[in-house]
Amino acid sequence: MSLEYLDQLEAESMHIMREAVAQSRNPVMLYSIGKDSSVMLHLAMKAFFPAKPPFPLLHIDTMWKFREMIAFRDTRAGELGLKLIVHVNDAGLRAGIGPFSHGATVHTEIMKTEALKQALSLGGYDVAFGGARRDEEKSRAKERIFSFRTTAHRWDPRNQRPEIWNLYNGRIAPGENIRIFPLSNWTEIDIWQYIAREGIPVVPLYFARPRQTVHRNGALLLVDDDRFPLEMGEVPETKWVRFRTLGCYPLTAAVESQASTLLDIIDEMRLATTSERQGRVIDHDQGASMEAKKQEGYF
Amino acid sequence: MDYAAELITEFTPDEQRSTNKDLLRFITCGSVDDGKSTLIGRLLYDSKSLPTDQLANLAIDSARYGTTGDGQLDFALLVDGLVAEREQGITIDVAYRFFDTSRRKFIIADSPGHEQYTRNMATAASTADLAVLLVDARRGILTQTRRHSYIVSLFGIRRVVLVVNKMDAVNWNRDVFEEIAGSFRSFAAGLEVDDVPCIPLSALTGANVVSKAAEMPWYDGPALLPYLENVEVAARADELPFRLPVQWISRPTPSFRGFAGTIASGRIATGDKIAVLPGGHTSTVSRIVTMDGDLPRAEAGQAVTLLLNEELDVARGDMLAAVTDKPALTDQFAAHLLWLDQTPWLPGRSYLMQLGTATAKARVTEIKHLINVNTLEKIAASTLAMNEIALASFSLDRQLPFDPFRENQATGSFILVDRQTNATVACGMVAFPLYQATNLHWRPMKVTKQARIAASGHKARILWFTGLSGAGKSTIADLLEEALHRRGCRTMTLDGDNIRCGLNRDLDFTDNGRVENIRRVAEVAKLMVEAGLIVLVSFISPFRSERELARGLVDDGEFLEIFVDAPLTVCEARDPKGLYAKARAGEISHFTGIDSAYERPDKPELHLLSGEKMPEQLVEQVLKFLDAIDA
Repeated sequence: MSLEYLDQLEAESMHIMREAVAQSRNPVMLYSIGKDSSVMLHLAMKAFFPAKPPFPLLHIDTMWKFREMIAFRDTRAGELGLKLIVHVNDAGLRAGIGPFSHGATVHTEIMKTEALKQALSLGGYDVAFGGARRDEEKSRAKERIFSFRTTAHRWDPRNQRPEIWNLYNGRIAPGENIRIFPLSNWTEIDIWQYIAREGIPVVPLYFARPRQTVHRNGALLLVDDDRFPLEMGEVPETKWVRFRTLGCYPLTAAVESQASTLLDIIDEMRLATTSERQGRVIDHDQGASMEAKKQEGYF
Repeated sequence: MDYAAELITEFTPDEQRSTNKDLLRFITCGSVDDGKSTLIGRLLYDSKSLPTDQLANLAIDSARYGTTGDGQLDFALLVDGLVAEREQGITIDVAYRFFDTSRRKFIIADSPGHEQYTRNMATAASTADLAVLLVDARRGILTQTRRHSYIVSLFGIRRVVLVVNKMDAVNWNRDVFEEIAGSFRSFAAGLEVDDVPCIPLSALTGANVVSKAAEMPWYDGPALLPYLENVEVAARADELPFRLPVQWISRPTPSFRGFAGTIASGRIATGDKIAVLPGGHTSTVSRIVTMDGDLPRAEAGQAVTLLLNEELDVARGDMLAAVTDKPALTDQFAAHLLWLDQTPWLPGRSYLMQLGTATAKARVTEIKHLINVNTLEKIAASTLAMNEIALASFSLDRQLPFDPFRENQATGSFILVDRQTNATVACGMVAFPLYQATNLHWRPMKVTKQARIAASGHKARILWFTGLSGAGKSTIADLLEEALHRRGCRTMTLDGDNIRCGLNRDLDFTDNGRVENIRRVAEVAKLMVEAGLIVLVSFISPFRSERELARGLVDDGEFLEIFVDAPLTVCEARDPKGLYAKARAGEISHFTGIDSAYERPDKPELHLLSGEKMPEQLVEQVLKFLDAIDA
């Protein structure tokens, strides 16, 4: 069976990764445990086979990820024999920053964006791979595959480097860095079809199961641990749900679904009328919120 | 917990159909306000590729920023994803959108129409298989239409479809359409594109976008989407000779040495003979390695790792190529160049050229002509600014393998990177190798530079004194040379005026003459460094680019920029040659400091305050500095 466009996408991603590694001094791969990260990691294994990918994985732990994600992360890194760096913004942790107490915006800024910048500066990385795709969101649709960042990790969307053919310019001055997006041209359904074709393990939260949920502000949230403060009158309900995207559990909405296998998911996606990131509370803070966050250094 | 993955080996027929689709990448281009973004919005909307939440956001955005009137969706806001774009109602950078129909998958690159953002349009065009060129029926063919058509053809996109948009605004008038189509076809005859189909439509109403419009019964061609679903885009890269630019050397174990890269063109099988360029050694392919197992053969587009039977020296930037049909190998060629950066091309400046995976220092030695995108005329020129297109001659610091772009796009394209700012300043398509280069070969010498330096007993380097006239460059250089001579160093002085009396007496004082003056002095200084000398150069050299040109000719650490810094008032008061007086009187023009700028060095190796200190003190300062870096 020939899967022509998946082969094309795969080869393009491998080319991007090899190019980034060849041009860099100290690369790192942002590993966020989700399906895109799983595909990106699989592609990295392919790009450098039979060698191991010549870079560590970096997970920015906000301390509010789903428990199943953390378990999955540690298992996968161990199985593949890769170095995993977990970074937490200690100052934020000491200050008790969290999504329930401080709100989505403050939590994301301090525990995610700020933590990411800390980790990249700490490691002295000049290249960081990220699993973002252009079909996810309108400002990501505008971003280059090799995306230049200043010494302060800022993105300047109005002055991006031209990116012609597959000739990527990875040259930077000391302290600057480049974010690399090997999955830029993949869509959500490409990701699932590829996961199915390659047999790539993903976090079980993507598959529909009966789970404890609470309906709040139009979002269906999972009660993942006892830090979830129930409001007056809220009673967790068991529902068949799954996740299309995974982030911090209080900020990531589940969808009601019966799709418990990969083929179910692909079929469901074909009929889906909403976009994937609808389940991300943080995207909807302000109209251009992703662009603003990206300018600050978010992935 | 066990995360054993579900591996799907048997797809249902439905699923197979959907995964077997091919992929068409196209751009939408044309002038500002021709309705590119609206057309994309319409395509997505009518092909039901817009999720409901994005549609809901679009309704909110349309009310806030929209320009299409009350209650109307402004589709442009779907692709104009940046705040600055939405506020100004313009497209600044390319946006990528994805959709599929039952027949095909599409990646659309929506490119900006403003001339100012041509570089972003070029980014979009470089990865497209086909171009949808829009024209506003009311305005017809504009300069930007022609510019974009020319760039599309320059990038080797042969499939162009002309969309005459806003037909609703001209009452679906056939004559308007035919006239635009006719005039575009005659312009396109001068381009290297296939026959151009022309489609009349209205992105606003959706007429002829997804299905045929009742308003234009006189049009007998297909609507746009059916056209895009069915058009043949011949991929012929695998029919070309085998080329693999080596990206990365894979050495997981001492016995495994693989060459990783994407096959740029052609096919390869185990046992095939290949040449490694530029070296020229040959070997045979022993294995084609992938994580899914070794392959017996592979073709253009695949990312693989090759193993060879013979142990050869292969590095990133080398090219593996078919022995029977090798690429050209030269350090001089002519190429079309699209300048992308706000800073214009600087004559004589050396840029980094990225061609495939190889990098070389490259200079444009001559602009053969610019191209007027309106008339396709060739214009004589000696400058090249943003968004201009030229045919230019290049000289590289080493030989690189390549093919002319017309024969092989993947191995005939390059970008230029500025060595100071790291900006991508231009992209180019190789036209042909230059004859001169094929007959000139750099001959390695038996006595090397290192041997000559060893005989000197000291480091060889260029001490480049820059500063205003009268700042004290020559005075300090003279005293310094005496001091170095007393220490037994082998030295030589190159003085601006003296050189102008001999080697450079044919040069005038225009910008080009000035650059050539510096280039020759720098080349002579470089020869003297190779001879093992310490060369003292005293030149006003007011422009950073000129000084960087000189720096780029020699190895790192061999060029020391010494800024002889005295205030203009001090220099003018000294006026040793009476030139300031003449410049003030208007007798000479372009005099540095008076009516021509002096660009102060950003980071000179040495900064001498010659307005405050005596020359002898400054010479001591230089000597101490030299001792320190040699220690």
